[in-house]
Amino acid sequence: MLLFVLRRIGVMILTALALTFVVFYLTNLPPNLEKLAKSEASARMTDEQVDSWLASNGFAQPVLTRYAEWLGVLPGWTGTSSDGKPMGRCLNRIPAGETPPAYCGILQGNWGWSTVFKQPVSEVLGRSLGHTGWLMLWVMIVMVPTSLILGVLSGMREGSRTDRVLSTFAIATTATPEYVSGVIFIALFASATAGISPWLAEMGWIEGKTLFQGTATSAMDGLTFWNFGLPVLTIALYGIGYIARMTRASMTEVMTQQYIRTARLKGVSFREVVMKHALRNALIAPFTVIMLQFPWLLNGVVIVETLFNYKGFGWTLVQAAGNNDINMLLACSVVAVFVVLVTQLISDIGYVFLNPRIRLA
Amino acid sequence: MEDLSWTGALGPFLVPVINMAAIVLAIAVIARILVSLADWARGADAVAVGGPVLAARRRGLGGTLDLAAQVTIGLILLCILLIGLGGFVLPGASKGILGWAALRFWPVWVALVVTLGLSIRFKRRLGLYGKLMDSPVGLVGLALVLFWVFTAIFADAIITQDPLGQLSGMKNIVPGAAVKNPSEGDFAWYLFGGDHLARDVFSRMVMGAQRVLQIAPAATVFAFMVGVTLGLPAGYFGGKLDTLLSFLANLVLAFPVILLFYLLVTPEIVQTGIPMYFAAVLFLFPVIFFAVLFNSRYKTNPPRRNLYVGVTLVLGLWAYLGLAFNADPLGVWSMDPNMLNVFVSVVFVNSPGVFRIVRGLVMDIKARDYVAAGQTRGESPWYIMLWEILPNARGPLIVDFCLRIGYTTILLGTLGFFGLGVSPESPDWGSTINAGRKLLSIFPHPAIVPAVALMSLVLGLNLLADGLREESLKD
Repeated sequence: MLLFVLRRIGVMILTALALTFVVFYLTNLPPNLEKLAKSEASARMTDEQVDSWLASNGFAQPVLTRYAEWLGVLPGWTGTSSDGKPMGRCLNRIPAGETPPAYCGILQGNWGWSTVFKQPVSEVLGRSLGHTGWLMLWVMIVMVPTSLILGVLSGMREGSRTDRVLSTFAIATTATPEYVSGVIFIALFASATAGISPWLAEMGWIEGKTLFQGTATSAMDGLTFWNFGLPVLTIALYGIGYIARMTRASMTEVMTQQYIRTARLKGVSFREVVMKHALRNALIAPFTVIMLQFPWLLNGVVIVETLFNYKGFGWTLVQAAGNNDINMLLACSVVAVFVVLVTQLISDIGYVFLNPRIRLA
Repeated sequence: MEDLSWTGALGPFLVPVINMAAIVLAIAVIARILVSLADWARGADAVAVGGPVLAARRRGLGGTLDLAAQVTIGLILLCILLIGLGGFVLPGASKGILGWAALRFWPVWVALVVTLGLSIRFKRRLGLYGKLMDSPVGLVGLALVLFWVFTAIFADAIITQDPLGQLSGMKNIVPGAAVKNPSEGDFAWYLFGGDHLARDVFSRMVMGAQRVLQIAPAATVFAFMVGVTLGLPAGYFGGKLDTLLSFLANLVLAFPVILLFYLLVTPEIVQTGIPMYFAAVLFLFPVIFFAVLFNSRYKTNPPRRNLYVGVTLVLGLWAYLGLAFNADPLGVWSMDPNMLNVFVSVVFVNSPGVFRIVRGLVMDIKARDYVAAGQTRGESPWYIMLWEILPNARGPLIVDFCLRIGYTTILLGTLGFFGLGVSPESPDWGSTINAGRKLLSIFPHPAIVPAVALMSLVLGLNLLADGLREESLKD
């Protein structure tokens, strides 16, 4: 078991290194650097000026060297700017008088400076992850019980009317990406001219113009059902169908097992059989599915936060990517890759714990 | 010209009927759920084995409610059908928006009726496709997919306005608004309203179908070629090759798709020529696939082998030069650099998924007796992989293909939603939704129309996949 976990962690670190290097390489392509130089210094620089700006800001070194510096396994570059001031990766934003450290990569806890937000990356990242944390928490609270109940209900009697209705619903939700369901929800519940809001306002049942709020910006200060309901529902809906279908498959398989038939033939009522004999065994597979659903949720988070203007991780990623904020993008990809790989690991380990039939050497 | 109403002249008669039917339907469904719950709470379970009990219950309160629901659903569908037919019968403005839309789609209806009619007539001779006609879910899915396919084919006949044309006074106009001072012979209304640049939403939706269906299936086919060509040897040989390829596949899968798109689909990346390198690698796989396919089959018959492989190589490399490097000497094959970038990125994101599925299937199938028989006969590994294993893995692969086209459609929509790799003029659904979302709470129609279109296409593909899966499991 320990060996298995260690090996998985080894592969994980290798994957993380490879992925961050890919991001590093792609963000540091010459045209991207030129764009960065022009946005940081002046938009009307000549090619020579761009080159000298890049050289004096440490971008002239080989990509691998700079990647190692970013990681913190090579000492940060030092040099002098055109007007003779000392420059260096580790010199930036160090209070005067302190000696700068030689290494300042992410291994030393230095995530760098965000060029879009004009703040240290760690600060921006911490804040936005906090916002996204709340979103994810509520998505999980809505999504997991709903999808499990739907899956169990449709899987316990395969082919019944309930099963057919719920399966169609599940297929419909997996066919509705977030940017479609979000748009439809806003039009239905948060539009002053369409959907049910004008009608409700006319009847005097709601105070404002709309039932729900079409943006979640105010949710960053205080969560309410009305400003947070739609984003949560939008993300949860896409996941519900998929998890429900997996739960249904697992439930139908369990319901055909010998021990279920034995229990039925002994005269145990159907309800008892489902609750006591089938459920526990049927919920092993959905656990893995829910864990593996995290990378998908990450996509949903990016779309929904953009759509509802909620300044969390996804919104930050879009801002960073749109403006080629190298440090911010790298930090985002580290977080994303970390989430994906850790959930994979948890799902593997959890599966072993939950399923007594599987033993790892 | 006066503005159109949604339902036209038939509206005053049919809309009250639809409303009543909808209310009855809602009550019946809620009551039906309550009855089921009550049964469940009493523990009186009409489980499938209890034949007579079940039959008795069908005729009880629940059965009545079921009947009521079916009748009302039928009534609603009939009314909608009548409104659509009204478009063919009634004159001018009394057709209503829905009637006009139904009329504009007439080539699609004809093609649909002919295709489905012939398919149902000859379903016993059409194999798996024919069996699909027996599954209601699959049939609905197929009809939805065919609807959009035919819409894409006949798009030029369906559109009512120039999808890029901006008419004055039509900015964000409501659905059914009449065009101000239309010139002679032009269509006189904006059926589904106007967008923020005063363009016709209906025509853009129709042209969007064309855009999506040009890229999504082709990109999925390429992803399958890559996934199959790499997945077969990885699953069959195993060992170091498998470890390496699986690691690379997991690497791509661990990447958040949107981050990857933001890194790959930018004008700067096009400058560096990276999409071309990607294309150079990815587009080679179909050529390799077919060359190996024919070579392994006709190795014992050199003249035939040389003919097939030669034709594949000539045609394949010709297209390859044109598509990947834009260097076709005859100028038949070419691809816009932005389009190439989008295409390559979507293929790149999709192929690891296909790879994993193919690899898993091969590892399962290679333990079968007929593979062992092939090995004993001394068949070459590639012959066994391509002509013994692959045909036997076709069921799950066809199902996955349908699902994956839907997923690719969603991905293309995501790209458009973030404004990546498409021109602002492009009528594809993703970027139309993106353009419409800024004024969503005031003018919902420019975003809703493409959103519903995209949803129905993906839903159709998913239902089709579900029907195929069910029917293929039946043998």
